[in-house]
Amino acid sequence: MEIVLAFVIGGLYAAAVYMLLRRSLVKMLIGLALLSHAANLLIFAVARLTRGRPPIISLGAEDLASPYADPLPQALILTSIVISFGVMAFALALAYRTYRTTGTDDLDAMRGSDR
Amino acid sequence: MLLAAIGSGFVMALLAPGLTRRLGRAAGWVFAILPVTLTLLFAGAWSAAADGAPITTTLAWVPELGLSLSFRADGLSLLFALLITGIGALVVLYGGSYLHGDRDLGRFYSWLFVFMAAMLGVALADNLLLLFVFWELTSLSSYMLIGFGHDRAPARQAALQALLITGGGGLALLAGLVLLGVGAGTFEISALLGQGAAARIDPLYVPAVGLILVGAFTKSAQFPFHFWLPNAMEAPTPISAYLHSATMVKAGVYLLLRLSPALGGTELWTLVVGGVGATTMVLGAVLALAQTDLKRLLAYSTVSALGLLTLLIGIGTPRALEAAVVFLLAHALYKGALFLVAGILDHETGTRDITRLGGLWRGLPITAAAAGGAALSMAGLPPLFGFISKELAYEAALAGPGGPALIAVVVIAGIGFVVVAAQVGLAPFWGRRPTDEGVAHAHEPGVSLWLGPMILSLASLGAGVFAGAVGGWVGPAVASATGTPVTVRLALWHGLNPALWLSLLTLAVGGLLFAARRPIRNGLSRLNPVLGADLGFQAGLGGLNAVAQAQTRFFQNGYLRFYLLMVVATTILLVGGTLVSQIGVGWPLDVLDVQAHEVVFGGLILVAALVAITSRSRLSAIAALGAAGFGVSLIYLWYGAPDLAMTQFLIESLTVILFVLVFYHLPHFTRLSSPGARARDIVIALLAGGLMTALVLTVLAVPLFPSISGYYGAVSAAEAHGRNVVNVILVDFRGLDTLGEITVLGIAATGVYALLKLHPRNPAVGPVYDSARSEDGS
Repeated sequence: MEIVLAFVIGGLYAAAVYMLLRRSLVKMLIGLALLSHAANLLIFAVARLTRGRPPIISLGAEDLASPYADPLPQALILTSIVISFGVMAFALALAYRTYRTTGTDDLDAMRGSDR
Repeated sequence: MLLAAIGSGFVMALLAPGLTRRLGRAAGWVFAILPVTLTLLFAGAWSAAADGAPITTTLAWVPELGLSLSFRADGLSLLFALLITGIGALVVLYGGSYLHGDRDLGRFYSWLFVFMAAMLGVALADNLLLLFVFWELTSLSSYMLIGFGHDRAPARQAALQALLITGGGGLALLAGLVLLGVGAGTFEISALLGQGAAARIDPLYVPAVGLILVGAFTKSAQFPFHFWLPNAMEAPTPISAYLHSATMVKAGVYLLLRLSPALGGTELWTLVVGGVGATTMVLGAVLALAQTDLKRLLAYSTVSALGLLTLLIGIGTPRALEAAVVFLLAHALYKGALFLVAGILDHETGTRDITRLGGLWRGLPITAAAAGGAALSMAGLPPLFGFISKELAYEAALAGPGGPALIAVVVIAGIGFVVVAAQVGLAPFWGRRPTDEGVAHAHEPGVSLWLGPMILSLASLGAGVFAGAVGGWVGPAVASATGTPVTVRLALWHGLNPALWLSLLTLAVGGLLFAARRPIRNGLSRLNPVLGADLGFQAGLGGLNAVAQAQTRFFQNGYLRFYLLMVVATTILLVGGTLVSQIGVGWPLDVLDVQAHEVVFGGLILVAALVAITSRSRLSAIAALGAAGFGVSLIYLWYGAPDLAMTQFLIESLTVILFVLVFYHLPHFTRLSSPGARARDIVIALLAGGLMTALVLTVLAVPLFPSISGYYGAVSAAEAHGRNVVNVILVDFRGLDTLGEITVLGIAATGVYALLKLHPRNPAVGPVYDSARSEDGS
């Protein structure tokens, strides 16, 4: 079943890389968003998947009942999702500010501060 | 004692700037106390060296690397140490007057003492690696001293050139010394020399000798590295006299003499060392004739002298080594004196141009006498010490393996010395007075300036007259170079032998050339740039800079996506290449365990991503991006991660809202890239995606390392009292991580607020975009 995700991850990475290589700032940000999806799914998939068995200890039990989805990658991904959101929000604000200041979203035209 | 002697120089270097300010005019006299004391100390150590029991000091430094602070004062080391401290004392005294009033005099003394200490270290070190450390310190202090007048571009260039060449040679030397030490099993020079022939049959012999020779040749300005030395004449004259004539440039020669018992005597050694020495010697002698600047004239003749020393070491017979050591001493005495005289002339007349100097003996009688003595020694006239050293060199050449050719080149060098000696030491003082007012009315400088050349000239005379005593005195030094005890008998009169006839021939031809010096100079000065090799260095340096610049322009071109492209392409190449060639792409076993709606979820995400990247409308791109995010959260939900699904769902909604808000203010999508660039990016993107798929498949094909989640599952309820293990991990087991995460969000929120709400009011820091700049072709 991970095999499907392997191709989804590859597709997302390809889309993300393509968008990151655009000259337009806004397209780059879409690439960034796709990249975080791809990375999260990568962590998820390589830790192996378990269908429909969340890592929740049932009432009365003291331990997880096997089989269960691995909670550790989930914890990592949860952090990652939130951090990506922070980065995304900041990047969007930065893009907005940059456009207001420079009047362009073409990365090639933004060299004024870099020389 | 040896450690203290070297250390005192470094201590003095630290104290010098402060003391120079306090002492004022007396600084030179006070500072000279240290080298004079050291001279006396080393002279006192002589008898021990002569008895074959030299003073040694050993202190462990990094024993694991074979690096120890071991020093040994045998004959050769002491000869060098005495030259360093003796001439050093005169130069310290002279420098105080020569640079009197210079605001950087303190710095001058500081580096001069660093050099003196480092050079003593080179001469006295008994450990190959320790020798290298001091060797590099001399290069460094030479750099600082050549560039003393750092406000002049030529001085800076000459300093850099000297540093690059001697420093580059130093690197080769280090490699060579390491090879030598590894091959011999010891880095202690005395132990190495004791092994005798073992080093010569070691398989590492050829590379080790080659690298060591590069180091020695660069330091001693041998062809093809000779050109840095004349350029180093940008240094203040006392520095030229000290570093670039008497001591530092002889470090290479010292090293060759020092290692000659272990490495010398092979065909390779004789051919390379002798050949390079002979070439340098002739080249220096010829190029010297083209010069009109006193210091450059002396510098080329120093190159020639260093060539002769190298040649003699290459010949390698006990006779030749004896001649080398004696010539080394004679050269240090007369060349040091002549450089100091050149400095006096420059100081008193304001010019170093030999065509403008003449008849100065009336104004500067003492200097004229000192210069005359040194010049006669250099020309090789009896009863001066130069005569003896030249006779020995001729005898060594006559008995050497090179036949008439060898004799001819040595005589050519001798003739060159005669011409240079006459031009520097005699012509400025005798003959017609020039019409030039400043030159004609020059007068004698103070005692601290003429004392140095006078003492050195008297030493040349004394050493010649009391040749027998000097012979006994240099014996231990020659013994260090030959590796066997020798008795050196020096005398002014060797009888009517072939060397004497050669001497007469040398003087006659030299006199003729001196008479014809002007036409020769004019003819040669046209050749000078061609033979100077300086142009080659400049071209090489320019080429290196051009390559560095082109490379920087290519890799650091300021385009963000170019950097990304490079990173991605490199990853594809290295990781993908390794994966395909070394490991092979894996294939998971449970391929068929796929349910239909899983394929649907995956397809949904991929289609959404495709729309997001191809859409020409901003809104549909954002919608598609949101759809992809919701698809991902469905995946989480399906595979037992409800927390992830929930978070992803919330965050995705927020992100879409943010995108919409921001994109409302941003321009429409336009196609900026060319079709070619798009095609290239598609290829790169597909390769990157394919690589990630292949990596995931490969990872899935190998068994998973047991997760620590079992532990979390077992203790979540019992110890943390939580039933959702993911939540327990986040807020309890890895609570600090979550704290960090919250901090990041806080910082991001602050940043967003600042970007959206704050407006720059100060125009100086205001709009970073400079329209004029952006249009000038960037």
